[in-house]
Amino acid sequence: MSIPVSPDAILDGLRLSVTYSDMYLHELLSQVSQTKSLGWLQELRDRAAHWVSHETIPTSRNEEWRFTELASLCQTKFQLAQKRSLASLPEEFTLPESAHSRLVFVNGIYAAELSDISDLPAGVSLSNISQLPENEIDDLKQYLAQSEGNLEVFTALNTAGLNDLALVRVKPHVVVESPIHLLFISSVAETPTISQPRCLVIAEDGSQLSVFEEYANWDAHLVSYFTNSVTEIWIAKNAQVNHTRVVREGAESFHIGKTAVTQARDSRYSCLAIAFGCQLSRHNLEIWQTGAQTETTLNGLTVIGSRQLADTHSAIALNHPHAVSRQLHKFIISDRAHGVFNGKIIVPKAAQLTDASQLNRNLLLSPKARIDTKPQLEITADNVKCAHGATVSQLEDEEIFYLQARGIKADDARNLLVNAFAQEILHQIPFPSLRNNLIQKVRVQESRGTEA
Amino acid sequence: MILENSQVILSVRDLTAEINGNPILQGVNLEVRLGEVHAIMGPNGSGKSTFSKVLAGHPAYTVTGGEVIFQGQNLLEIEAEERARAGLFLAFQYPLEIPGVSNLDFLRVAYNSRRQAQGLPELDAFDFDDLIEEKLDVVKMNPAFLSRSLNEGFSGGEKKRNEILQMALLEPKLAILDETDSGLDIDALKIVANGVNQLTNSENATIMITHYQRLLKYIVPDFVHVMSQGRIVTSSDKELALELEARGYDWLVEDAAVGVGV
Repeated sequence: MSIPVSPDAILDGLRLSVTYSDMYLHELLSQVSQTKSLGWLQELRDRAAHWVSHETIPTSRNEEWRFTELASLCQTKFQLAQKRSLASLPEEFTLPESAHSRLVFVNGIYAAELSDISDLPAGVSLSNISQLPENEIDDLKQYLAQSEGNLEVFTALNTAGLNDLALVRVKPHVVVESPIHLLFISSVAETPTISQPRCLVIAEDGSQLSVFEEYANWDAHLVSYFTNSVTEIWIAKNAQVNHTRVVREGAESFHIGKTAVTQARDSRYSCLAIAFGCQLSRHNLEIWQTGAQTETTLNGLTVIGSRQLADTHSAIALNHPHAVSRQLHKFIISDRAHGVFNGKIIVPKAAQLTDASQLNRNLLLSPKARIDTKPQLEITADNVKCAHGATVSQLEDEEIFYLQARGIKADDARNLLVNAFAQEILHQIPFPSLRNNLIQKVRVQESRGTEA
Repeated sequence: MILENSQVILSVRDLTAEINGNPILQGVNLEVRLGEVHAIMGPNGSGKSTFSKVLAGHPAYTVTGGEVIFQGQNLLEIEAEERARAGLFLAFQYPLEIPGVSNLDFLRVAYNSRRQAQGLPELDAFDFDDLIEEKLDVVKMNPAFLSRSLNEGFSGGEKKRNEILQMALLEPKLAILDETDSGLDIDALKIVANGVNQLTNSENATIMITHYQRLLKYIVPDFVHVMSQGRIVTSSDKELALELEARGYDWLVEDAAVGVGV
């Protein structure tokens, strides 16, 4: 019955037959669809593109985006970021602990000359997808874009443009000692650009690894750009993934990032997500439980100032008994910046004996700073332990005076207290060089002139 | 100790101060010389603690009149941290708990800021560890408290010991102990008092703010002042404290009320 047609023909057919519900999204889609892939990858992309073409950019009427207005994003026309060759990697972008287990992407495009995979144990593959033999690519079919929630519009947009991809795959029972550094650098031209980094991490049965996923900005100048990233992590039974995610993009950039984690039984996942302000940043962190007795630890710190907005939306979707989850996310907000925290935990009947806790703590450093925080526990199981809470605080004058009375300058006292607030998260960074570097960055951000 | 021809290090004249428009200090006069230990007593609400905070530079209080000269310098013109660096030390009645700041780091930063003010080079972490080891002895403090967050989860007694440890480290010219005895059991009180006694000498001076005579058994003052309604109404030697213990404050406070009326 069916008539074989090439993927391109399908796409052309679709383009003719639909009316795009969102012209801005359509523009983005046509930018990211410029590249082409082979075989099933292109089919995957086409299906995602088809989905996106029926979607719209979410507005604040959408509950999931209620406090995160994307109007500023939609006012900027982004073109697909192009390949840029960077001569070498400055020290600030490297992690000594993973000098030989590093993949680097510039503008979402694999940069072989900056990557170094010379020190990997047997059983670990770390590569850009296009470097793989065909049979190994085929082997990814069951993972790539297969996480729950892959139809969310920005995730699907990423899939529609999927070309280069950072792949980390660890064979059963292999323990990887060196952390794996996945570095995504934005290097922006004169006009605003979009890039779509993509990672796929597969930890097979009983394996163990640490991943450091980092988004950084190459140029100091303030050109707007848009990073739309997706990371899928598959953790098979009894495997463990320690994930550190750092976003330090340009102050004028937009960052929408998805982390989708699928946890099989007895697996352990920990995420340490640290974000410094962009014009607008959003982290969608989703945990999908597919077996019993999983452990999940989500910790995070967001530091924003001026008029920046940062949104952390996490969801832990349980469906099996005996899960343990711990979550602590902190915001430090200066000036007129705006933080959004939404932490969803879904505990259906099947997830008896769940032990979940969630805490969101916020430090507001100016009268105009704002946080919208919302725990969202959906519990139908009747034998569970679930706790949540949120706190909002300011620097206490009495604390500052106490430090001053010991000879510490008021400004230093404030920084000491802000750092102390961040310490609970920062001290968990497993890499000393990164930890020290980020501790320096967490300071009271001075108001800029008229914005004060 | 009262020394002959000793130098005046603190001179307070007609000091008035208010908080949120409410006058608290209504003309305090006090002179402290090197070597001396002064006790300021008085009923609750008499302004004792306010006086100590105003001297230390607490930003919530506004000085409305008078002058404070500390080692020849106008104290009211400089910020709280500069007062500390110049050698003024306030042991807090309620030391603050600051989670996330390690006690050891805090002590080192504070110590080095005092060194800097004295024109001395900063001490590195290793040398500082040796120094603090020695100072722990003054208040018989367990070194385990150094690696904890500043005062976090410390008992009342441990917090007060930590205050005196800071005093031992910073070697102030003038130490003001605000209700240091409050919340201490007798053993802790003896340890704290013994620590203070080790630190007082002819080159510094101490002001103790206290409601009770109890502390003065262990740290014997050269002078006892009674504060009431924002001023010092009586000054005498240590015998005054015993009289206060026996008679309470009422007889002095009534006198003061008459005084104000005149």
